[in-house]
Amino acid sequence: MKHGRLRFLIGALAPALLLHVVFVLSPYGQAFYLSLTDWTGVAGEAHFVGAGNYARLGGDSLFLDAVRNNAVMLVCVPLVTIALGLFLASMLHLGGRSGRTSIRGAGAYQIVYFFPQLLSLVVIAVLWQFVYNPTNGLLNGALRAVGLAGLARSWLGDPRLALPAVMAVLVWSSVGFYMVLFSAAIDGIPKELFEAALLDGAGGWATFRKVTLPLVRDTVQVAFVYLGITALDGFAVVQVMTAGPGGPDGATEVIGLSLYRNAFTYGKFGYASAMGVALFFATLTLAVLALRAGRKDRLELS
Amino acid sequence: MRRFPVHLAMLAWGVVTALPLLWAIVSSFKKDNDILNDPWSLPTDPQWGNWARAWSQANIGRYFFNSLIVVGGALLLTMLLGSLVAYALARYEFRGNRLVYYVFVAAMFFPVFLALVPLFFVVQQLGLLGTYQGLILVYAAYAVPFTVFFLHAFFKTLPSEVAEAAFLDGCSHGAVFFRVMLPMARPGLVAVGIFNFLGLWNQYLLPLVLNPDPDRYVLAQGLAALSVSQGYRSDWSGLFAGLTIAMLPVLIAYVAFQRHIRAGMTAGAVK
Repeated sequence: MKHGRLRFLIGALAPALLLHVVFVLSPYGQAFYLSLTDWTGVAGEAHFVGAGNYARLGGDSLFLDAVRNNAVMLVCVPLVTIALGLFLASMLHLGGRSGRTSIRGAGAYQIVYFFPQLLSLVVIAVLWQFVYNPTNGLLNGALRAVGLAGLARSWLGDPRLALPAVMAVLVWSSVGFYMVLFSAAIDGIPKELFEAALLDGAGGWATFRKVTLPLVRDTVQVAFVYLGITALDGFAVVQVMTAGPGGPDGATEVIGLSLYRNAFTYGKFGYASAMGVALFFATLTLAVLALRAGRKDRLELS
Repeated sequence: MRRFPVHLAMLAWGVVTALPLLWAIVSSFKKDNDILNDPWSLPTDPQWGNWARAWSQANIGRYFFNSLIVVGGALLLTMLLGSLVAYALARYEFRGNRLVYYVFVAAMFFPVFLALVPLFFVVQQLGLLGTYQGLILVYAAYAVPFTVFFLHAFFKTLPSEVAEAAFLDGCSHGAVFFRVMLPMARPGLVAVGIFNFLGLWNQYLLPLVLNPDPDRYVLAQGLAALSVSQGYRSDWSGLFAGLTIAMLPVLIAYVAFQRHIRAGMTAGAVK
């Protein structure tokens, strides 16, 4: 029995561990080392350059554009997505009596809203490339159809509009998912709380602020982390959708795209790895900050 | 009284969500001229030729089968390895158990971009660049951590009486896992299986770097390449057909299992 136990454990763990070490752990480990070298892909030709790559990052204007764009996305995408998701989720519940019962057709709305989340970002990007097409796209077509032809723009071609246009696609694709997530959280709030608020004469907005929002706080915090990670990426959408890729004047350059180009177009593997390490620390900071903020809030509440 | 604005808001977002998708589907049946000159019209006689052109000439059919092979293989491997590890860690006490768990789970918090450069050379040195096996192994390696994380919690909650009875009946450890525990974990396996399928089917960054052979492109990769290739840039109807073909399996799966899918994906997020 003892013998069978050990054999089973080894059989269960060893193959997965091997796969994990070869394809996940070792690349992550090597990336930190490579970021300190000038490696260009020739075996044995990696020279240690210390923090040289990191110093160069500070003077790489395209990379700085990427950092700025990712920072803008990091603020805008989660805020807009969560606001819209919370708004729609509470609409779904507010429309019914006592905040709990859903409005008619709530199920159908959820089905439609959620669908884009399932699509590949590439499919979404190709689709929206057509939507944004200046001459025959859906967006300008719709504006012209309702007499707002003056608002028609070259959405992805104008350096000032390209990044907002890209962010709108990210928001469009994720609102439904977070709406369903928040809706489930609101369903979990005891019905009595809404009834009490109603008896106290609280209106829709007051109920939302005093009852709903504090009680779905944890879910919102999770949403912030996930959307933050989405906003720090943006690679697929930008790479497929914007010219260059990276947009006019680097207007939609993102860190992932800079990394990919430096590594697989220019062969600057050491330099690209330094970008990867920078991205890693950005992600780590985001997660730590979000979790910390949550802990503090909870202490204040109790 | 306040029902009306509520419905208006809900309907507005519904239109914003559905309109681009419907536009792509409807356009895939139209002639190029009608798409460009009369974007709001419905197709008068459906142009199935667009679909045929996308499927065979633009190779969407081949990309589709490549995706099927790679995702199918990776999903099987991920579920097998992930459930074995999760079960062994959740139900057996041994030294280093926690360590192994964290070694797997910690990988979830690293951006894939960080691993990208060394990963390319690891796969190249193993001679697996641009092969189905290479993609399957890498896909599985990056899907196992979340699978372990999700199923570990699931296996912990399962009662142990049935397994103990099976051991008394002389079942081996392997038999208890495959015949007793795995069937009991079915709801968890379905949830994480759906989650993994969607993630793997929509994978783009890994094949872009590790799968340079156009004959082996997966669907997302092929579609992206098509949308920027000179020959097809102006073939709107063909590209719309390709888009629709790419959306269809996901749409069908969603219509069939929509409740499961939404529940599984949102549960995965808040775990």
